[in-house]
Amino acid sequence: MSEPVSALNGASFDGTVAVREAGLQGMITLRGDLSSAKMKKAVKNATGAAIPGTREIAVSRESAAAWMSPDELLLMVPYDTAAEALGKIDAALKGEHYLAVNVSDARAVFEIAGAGVREVIAKLCPVDMAPGAFEPGTIRRTRMAQVAAAFWMVDAETVRVVCFRSVAGYVFGLLCDAAEPGGEVGFFV
Amino acid sequence: MLILECPYCGVKAEETEFHGGGEAHLKRFGPGSSDDEFHGYLFEKVNPKGVHFERWRHANGCGKWFHAARDTVTLEVFGTYPAQTSEPPQDIKDKISAKRPGWSWREFA
Ligand SMILES: [Zn+2]
Repeated sequence: MSEPVSALNGASFDGTVAVREAGLQGMITLRGDLSSAKMKKAVKNATGAAIPGTREIAVSRESAAAWMSPDELLLMVPYDTAAEALGKIDAALKGEHYLAVNVSDARAVFEIAGAGVREVIAKLCPVDMAPGAFEPGTIRRTRMAQVAAAFWMVDAETVRVVCFRSVAGYVFGLLCDAAEPGGEVGFFV
Repeated sequence: MLILECPYCGVKAEETEFHGGGEAHLKRFGPGSSDDEFHGYLFEKVNPKGVHFERWRHANGCGKWFHAARDTVTLEVFGTYPAQTSEPPQDIKDKISAKRPGWSWREFA
C-alpha cells in the first residue's frame, strides 16, 4: 500500500504568526438525526466526545466532534484510526437513516499559532474575531477569501483551519500572506 | 452591505458567505400546466423596489437553504426564516407591517 502524505507535506512559514500544515488528520463526515440516542452513542464510541451543540466543537483527548449543520458533524480522530472509528459508527447506527464517510484524504488542516491569530483570520474571513465574540469551543464554517473553510480556536493563541485538499496550496498562501511581517493591523490588541 | 442571519445555525454574516437563490415562495408549474402558467413560473418575477422575499443558501456555512424578507432599497433585513414553508410566517409579516405599513408582495400583505 502506498504511503499516505498530507497535501503540502508539512509546509510551514514563520511570520506574525507561525503557519504550518498540521499533517494527516483522520476525518469522518457524519450525517443523520443528531438528536437520536443511537447517534449520541455512535459519536461517543468513535471519538469519546459528546454531540456538540450548535456551532460548537467537543474535544476528547486526540479526537473531536464538530458541529457542521443541523444534520451533520465532522468527527476528527487520529489518521490511523479513521477506518476503525468508521466501523464503530456503522455498527452503532445499523438500520438508521445516516451517512458516514471517511474524508481524511479529501481535506487539509493548518495550524496557526501566535498572539496575532485573531487578526490573521479576520483578514481572510467575514467573521467577528473579537475576543468574546469568538472563543475556543466554537467552530465556524465560512469563506476564507475565495474558498470554503472551517476553523476553531484550540486556545487563545492557536487556530486550526480545515479546507478541501484541492485548495490546500491556495489556503496556505493566504495564511502566509495574512501573516506577512509588516502587515500587522493591531486591531485586537 | 447586506447582513443576513442563517436561521439554522444562527450565524450572522455578510452576504458573501451566502448565495442568493432568487425569488421566494414560487409556485411551481410543471407537466400538465398550461403554457401561460409555465411561462409565468419561469419568467415572471416581481423584482420590486422595497419589500421583497428571497431564497438564500448558507453556501459557505451550514449549506442550508432559507428565506429572507428584506428591503431591496435600504438593504434592511426584516427577518430570515427556514425554507420549510410556502408562505412568510406571521411574525415576519408583522415586523414588515410595523416598518412598512400597507406593504404587499404578490398575494401576501
Ligand atoms: Zn447556516
